[in-house]
Amino acid sequence: MSSKAHKKPLPLTLFITVVLGAWLVLAAFPFLWTLWGSFKVEGDFFSKANWAAALTGELTQTETGGSVTGSGYYGAWIEEEFWRAAWNSTLVCFFVVTISLTLGTLGGYALSRSPHRYAFWFLIIALVFRALPQITLVSGYLPVFFEFNMWGYLPTAIVVLIAINQPFTLWMLHSFFKNIPQDLDESAMVDGCNRFQAFRHVIVPVMWPGVITTGLFSFLLAYNDFAVTTLLLNQDNQTMIPKIGSFLGTTQTKGNVMFAVSAVVSVTAPLFVMILVFQRQIVSGLTAGAVKG
Amino acid sequence: MKHKTFFWFVLPSALAMLLFIFLPMVSIVVQSLHVSHEQVIIEVENCGPFGCRQSTTVDQEATESLRDAKPLGQFAGLTTYMDRGHLAVNEVGDAWNAARGWRDFGGRMLNLPFYKAMAFTLTFTFVVTPLVIILGFLIAVAVNSATKLIRGQLIFVSLLPMMITPLVGALILFWMVDARGIVGAFLQDISGDPNLSIKASTPLMWIMLMVYGVWHSAPFAFIVYYAGLQTVNTETLESAMIDGASRAQRIRYVVLPHLLPLTTFIALMQLMDNFRVFEPIISFSASAHATSLSWAIFNDLGGETRQLSSAAATSVLTVIGVIILLTPVLIRTWRDFGRK
Repeated sequence: MSSKAHKKPLPLTLFITVVLGAWLVLAAFPFLWTLWGSFKVEGDFFSKANWAAALTGELTQTETGGSVTGSGYYGAWIEEEFWRAAWNSTLVCFFVVTISLTLGTLGGYALSRSPHRYAFWFLIIALVFRALPQITLVSGYLPVFFEFNMWGYLPTAIVVLIAINQPFTLWMLHSFFKNIPQDLDESAMVDGCNRFQAFRHVIVPVMWPGVITTGLFSFLLAYNDFAVTTLLLNQDNQTMIPKIGSFLGTTQTKGNVMFAVSAVVSVTAPLFVMILVFQRQIVSGLTAGAVKG
Repeated sequence: MKHKTFFWFVLPSALAMLLFIFLPMVSIVVQSLHVSHEQVIIEVENCGPFGCRQSTTVDQEATESLRDAKPLGQFAGLTTYMDRGHLAVNEVGDAWNAARGWRDFGGRMLNLPFYKAMAFTLTFTFVVTPLVIILGFLIAVAVNSATKLIRGQLIFVSLLPMMITPLVGALILFWMVDARGIVGAFLQDISGDPNLSIKASTPLMWIMLMVYGVWHSAPFAFIVYYAGLQTVNTETLESAMIDGASRAQRIRYVVLPHLLPLTTFIALMQLMDNFRVFEPIISFSASAHATSLSWAIFNDLGGETRQLSSAAATSVLTVIGVIILLTPVLIRTWRDFGRK
């Protein structure tokens, strides 16, 4: 960094600092604001008189007697049974991540080791599938799911999410496996392993960094999904995001926007922790496709 | 790898994609060519104390059996595509004949649901994508010039808008720009209009949706550019300096060429992602002002009456749009493969 090529004139440094400062505020402030506001009553967070009421919490003081209140959280988690949605989300995420990684590692490994043309075509088709907006597929599912009485259940949504996730998982793991030297598994095969044994005993122990990164993105897909889960799950089986969507329709008219605000904060918290812990893997995953090509 | 081993390794994945991506694609094409059966109407004679009258009722049994026999409905060819909710051929023709000038024609077209959705989707895609690239680049340069100590934290904060669930991120912004929220109040202050409301104004709503789009996607461009900046060759930079290149020249001739392939990558990813814009429209309850193709499909599928044919037709049109956007990527990948 002490290199002279990196020294900057003052106006440039100033400009860069301003950009950085403005961006940090833009990126972080909305979350802090909503987190703070979720402990107030609606009259404060959406104050007609003065926006600063959300900071001081005047109405919260008069309505509840304290400067902060957990009523929004109580309403959302207990009264509106958000815990049920949280549990459904946990199930969906767990199964989607484990199953799609299992399928994806097998497929990605084979794609990275096959020199044939059809492997390339397979990847191209997966790329096209990946580009399709997921919601275009849903109208294809509905009549069939109604016909076989599969609509509304968690396993249906899980299977659909796994399938939708496959193209991305395959691409990602394919490029990770490409970076593992072929000599490794080939020498195992020379020593008498068959393909699967070579994969099992030689590749599996070294593949975890790539698998964890891919798993994070599979998790995000399952956790963040709104379109598929809203249209494929019934009321009781809803995951968290569609549940928040339904808050917008129903509770807002009842004046319980704060339920939605608390639910939003509750959904965001695990993501914060995830980014904090896995920041490095996320960054490497996002740039995996880009930097090399 | 032998053909047979390859087959067994990719089978589970291929099967999942075949059943839940490929077949649904076939299914939407088929569905879009059919419409649901009309109800079977029969005439019955009602005889009461005041004589007999003819009346028509729905023959439930016959309707059911017809629907069971042909669950797809009746073949309708391209009629769904041509109706008012989609390509609206007749309405476009009428608008063309009746319009006085281009502006008027455009206004009439925006009354047609498909073209309204198309207009917003395309505007969103082609406004947000370049802005994301510019902002992402600026942030990357700024973070790159910060001291190493705080870079980790800077990256953490910068990632937030992208990693947060789109529906949730959009809601958070929406509550802030609400007329009773902090940004909304601030906007009313500086504009001097106490009744200013983003919810009530179409142009403001479009701007707000695009602001959200940039906020949400800029981190992606940032991360890619930031990674690119780490790999700029410092030796080239320094030798350029020894040769007397100014700062601007060094950026122009060393850094930017290095980042150019990344820009193509970001642009293509963003075009695809922005084309499916959907969640913010739900979060902002913006459907009165702005709709997108994905929203149109969602709207057909949700609610009491599921209009499957209509949704399927919009889906097919959307897929065609995606394929058009994707053609450059496919050609590029094809060439790359040819080179190897």
